[in-house]
Amino acid sequence: MKWIALLIIFTCISAPVFAADAPAGKMMTKIVPNQITISEYMFAPKVLNIPAGTKVTWINHDEVPHTIVDSSSSKIFRSSALDTNDSYSFTFTKPGTYHYFCTLHPQMVGTVNVAVAK
Amino acid sequence: MDFEDFKHSVSSGLPMNRRSALKCVATWAGTGVVWALVGGVPKAFAANAAGAMAAAEAGASAFSFVQISDSHVGFNKAANPEPLKTLQLAIDRVNALPAKPSFILHTGDITHLSKVEEFDTAAQVLKGLPAPVHYVPGEHDTLDEGGGKLFLERYGKGTLGNGWYSFDDHGVHFVALVNVFNLEAGHEAKLGADQLKWLADDLSAVSSSTPLVVFTHIPLWTVYEPWGWGTEDGEQAIAMFRRFGSVTVLHGHIHQVIQKIEGNITFHTARGTAYPQPEPGKAPSPGPMLVPPDQLRSYLGLTSVTTVQGGHTLALTDATLV
Repeated sequence: MKWIALLIIFTCISAPVFAADAPAGKMMTKIVPNQITISEYMFAPKVLNIPAGTKVTWINHDEVPHTIVDSSSSKIFRSSALDTNDSYSFTFTKPGTYHYFCTLHPQMVGTVNVAVAK
Repeated sequence: MDFEDFKHSVSSGLPMNRRSALKCVATWAGTGVVWALVGGVPKAFAANAAGAMAAAEAGASAFSFVQISDSHVGFNKAANPEPLKTLQLAIDRVNALPAKPSFILHTGDITHLSKVEEFDTAAQVLKGLPAPVHYVPGEHDTLDEGGGKLFLERYGKGTLGNGWYSFDDHGVHFVALVNVFNLEAGHEAKLGADQLKWLADDLSAVSSSTPLVVFTHIPLWTVYEPWGWGTEDGEQAIAMFRRFGSVTVLHGHIHQVIQKIEGNITFHTARGTAYPQPEPGKAPSPGPMLVPPDQLRSYLGLTSVTTVQGGHTLALTDATLV
């Protein structure tokens, strides 16, 4: 019985330690201004709001390649295929709403809202 | 309907005699489990407990071909650091078949990133196959600057549009469809109006009694919409197949075996030779799926297809690389 109690106490102590470790292992997904992270076939943040003139960087943390391509027919921005940990940057100079997607996995979509620079 | 329900409905929707064929029937050369299905008349095959390959040896009139898929030459991540080695294993398997296949179908994603050196390496290794190879591109084969130019330069000779074509062999009509170009945001893959028009023209010259084999990269039917595992206008093509007495539609893309039978149409998706992907909806994303290294080869494989001349029987046999 004493052992079980000890085990429970040990579990209680060790659990938060493990939980604290987990986010540390996910440091790559921390929020960086004007950076869009690709993980698990998703863009994060999915919607980014920036002033005009901002350089936005996408970085791919998946084991498969992804692309970042303007969804509109004007194709103002279009990356090549980004392999794991590759990144792509584009500077948005004109205000407006820009929808984009991954041409390999078209269910992956995101938006950049560009406001007039202050 | 979740995936388990789906699998159940596929098997329970079949007549009893066919369902009896839908089971693990044999080991292949004593090295692994073969899951076999007979589309058409199953009895000769189901009765043969000696193994799937016996069907290929049934007689001189049998005609067979092999499907390999998703080689992803150039992939080097944890899910399979050596996809060339597993591709070579698949090729060795084809060479070890008791009946030499008439040809091989490669259903796309030959390369991982469409690099020249990846295409070169793949071509070099695939030369080891014992028969000619017919290709369709996967979306990973369209990542070059020219958006698929490298693939089409290499494999597009004599094809139409973005690489579609048809041919006849041993009384079977084969159609290669391409659904990895012009993908649009938020939409599934597309065949496109031009290809559908060509398909209608192509099939108009084929009698309904001719067995039809269609092969393409992304499944023509929607396997799982949230992961884009389907073709938006695939149903328009499938509608054209319905008048045929025997139709087999072969896909790749999802790196696992999934089958569906709809009337006379059997849809079949082959394993890849590079890395496995999770079952639809069973993971946060389509992967790759990391499996213990000693189990990897049981998730990779190829499909053999045997037709019996005079009948309209097609036997599909999936084999893993173990």
